Amino acid sequence: MARDPILHRIRTALGRSAEQPASDPPPVRLRIPTVPMEARIASMITRIEALAGKAAETADPCGVLAEMLEGKTAVASNAPCLAEWGITSLPGIRSGITDREELRALCATADVGITAADYALADTGSLVMISSPQEARLISLLPPAHIALVPRDRILTGLDELLTVLPDPARVTSSMVLITGPSRTADIEQILVRGVHGPGQIIVWIV
Amino acid sequence: MSVEFDQKIHQALADPRLQLAIYTATGRLKQHRISSIAPDILPDYQELRTQANAVKKHAIENLDHYLQEFERNVEAHGGKVIYAKDGEEVADFVLSLAKERGAHLIVKSKSMTTEEVDLNERLEHHGLESVETDLGEYILQLAHERPYHIVAPALHYTRYDVANIFEKRLQVPNETVIEKQTAIARSVLREKFLAADIGISGANFLIADSGAVVIIENEGNARLTTSAPRIHIAVAGIEKVIPRAQDLAVFLKLLARSATGQLLSVYTSFLSGPRRPGEIDGPDEFYVVLLDNGRTKLLPDRGKRQSLYCIRCGACLNTCPVYRKIGGHSFPWVYSGPIGAIITPQFKGVAHEPGLPFASSLCGACGEVCPVKIDIPKILLDLRSEVKKSETREKQNRLEKLAFQVFAWVVTHPRIYELAGRIAASLAPGDGSRWISSVTPAMNIGPVRAWLSQRDLPPPPSKSFRQMWRRR
Repeated sequence: MARDPILHRIRTALGRSAEQPASDPPPVRLRIPTVPMEARIASMITRIEALAGKAAETADPCGVLAEMLEGKTAVASNAPCLAEWGITSLPGIRSGITDREELRALCATADVGITAADYALADTGSLVMISSPQEARLISLLPPAHIALVPRDRILTGLDELLTVLPDPARVTSSMVLITGPSRTADIEQILVRGVHGPGQIIVWIV
Repeated sequence: MSVEFDQKIHQALADPRLQLAIYTATGRLKQHRISSIAPDILPDYQELRTQANAVKKHAIENLDHYLQEFERNVEAHGGKVIYAKDGEEVADFVLSLAKERGAHLIVKSKSMTTEEVDLNERLEHHGLESVETDLGEYILQLAHERPYHIVAPALHYTRYDVANIFEKRLQVPNETVIEKQTAIARSVLREKFLAADIGISGANFLIADSGAVVIIENEGNARLTTSAPRIHIAVAGIEKVIPRAQDLAVFLKLLARSATGQLLSVYTSFLSGPRRPGEIDGPDEFYVVLLDNGRTKLLPDRGKRQSLYCIRCGACLNTCPVYRKIGGHSFPWVYSGPIGAIITPQFKGVAHEPGLPFASSLCGACGEVCPVKIDIPKILLDLRSEVKKSETREKQNRLEKLAFQVFAWVVTHPRIYELAGRIAASLAPGDGSRWISSVTPAMNIGPVRAWLSQRDLPPPPSKSFRQMWRRR
């Protein structure tokens, strides 16, 4: 087993002994600016649009989604707010799935994946998706379009605030993903193409 | 400089299409970086660099501590940590796991670390199918080439090259529209993702206090690699560990900006262990392979140790006047550009390509753009002096060898030996303890001078033992 020889080599090279505690680390650097909610929302919308996503505020999430989803198939997450807003009972929408294989098959064929976002980051236009019994990983990943609903009080100023609210995301989930715009690549001739593996369309409704 | 290095450089310089491709792509990435760190967008850029450097320095100085903390926390979340000293051990682990689980198909997301140990080739040699899923890496795998650039691996190809590669290797019509080429790759790879037994990723950061692996990407292929198959294996260099999840606030702001000029890459995945009870999807098994492969050799020297701070953003490549002319494939190993010029000699030994540390104008641009403030020009100078030292050592050895051959010949031929002794005795008597240096100043040159500065022979007596014996 390579473990002990490697750790031994490291200690010898650094002049450390086994079980020697670490020296004091540099203090954590987190800076949270004061940004009023209206400005956060404005920044969120600007950033997402700059990445060719769509973002807007709505007081009637069910109504806007009903219109967008007409004639489309969709998978919605098990987030309680989606049911509360009546989204999961719209026609063509499957929800409440707890079986991995079933969910994977649905996501592989659905036109749209609908999720709630746990948080959003205003300064970068990012969605924060935390995997849980309410939110699966593949809904925001396999379908060609992703619609995310963000309760407005969940919009944080940015990464520094997120890591203050959640100093260790591993305590609550096996997977936290920040999504900043639609899936993209520029691997051929530096030409930007969206939707290479993940959704090419991203639509954010701030509720 | 090796003949091969020289030839590759001349080939790259003589190809005007390639010159244009490198120059345009790196120029664009360079410009994007500059706009994204403009003072009105990121006023504390320099403070972030200072903090990133301090955190990396601290992590490397306490590396054993943080690796063990990382290991404990991965295990607390139900994952497993494996140490590997080289590529063979990485492959052995994957192969034995694949055998136990009856796995055949592996999907891979982009990882320089697995490139470094030729993991795909090793796995395919044993009958596993291992598919690269990053678009650029996928094209390279089909073409059997290695990455041209740390961040933009297929930078040297045009859409026409890609059309030919796809036509030949995927049996599809010759398609030159980039969007359609991307769609072809998407559909081929989508099947692979859904059928794969194992997903292998790299890692941009290992977080000690949460036992998490952080992976940064734009396409979504790394998310699929780590979410769709039942087994996720992350392969990472031991130097990737940082103490706290909260340190990401610094590193994430720097990495995407330095690489492509994005504020954040599209997907930042923070993964810790297999899926938890109740979570609907995600892997059932989670492994992190911690690779040494020469990294521990860089630790003893305080100056050169900082080469391990690198977060593989590629900014030094884009800004380097040498990389921008000679391109990625001129470099002798997977890591190209200024960072390649300092880590390759340290991983592989300076003799691997003695010309490498000299492939720089020492303009300092690489050090200036490095988000973790690695003093690349200084390390290049140190490596140059190492190359020179090893070359001189070699020359001295040859001279010494010749001297001893002559000596051996003289002492095994009695008449010559006697004659030599007589000649020696007839020369200047010396000053008692110093003889050779007193014979003639002409001897006081080159390696002989270095030798004489530390030692000399006593002058020989005027009559030799043989002479005295005969006259007894």
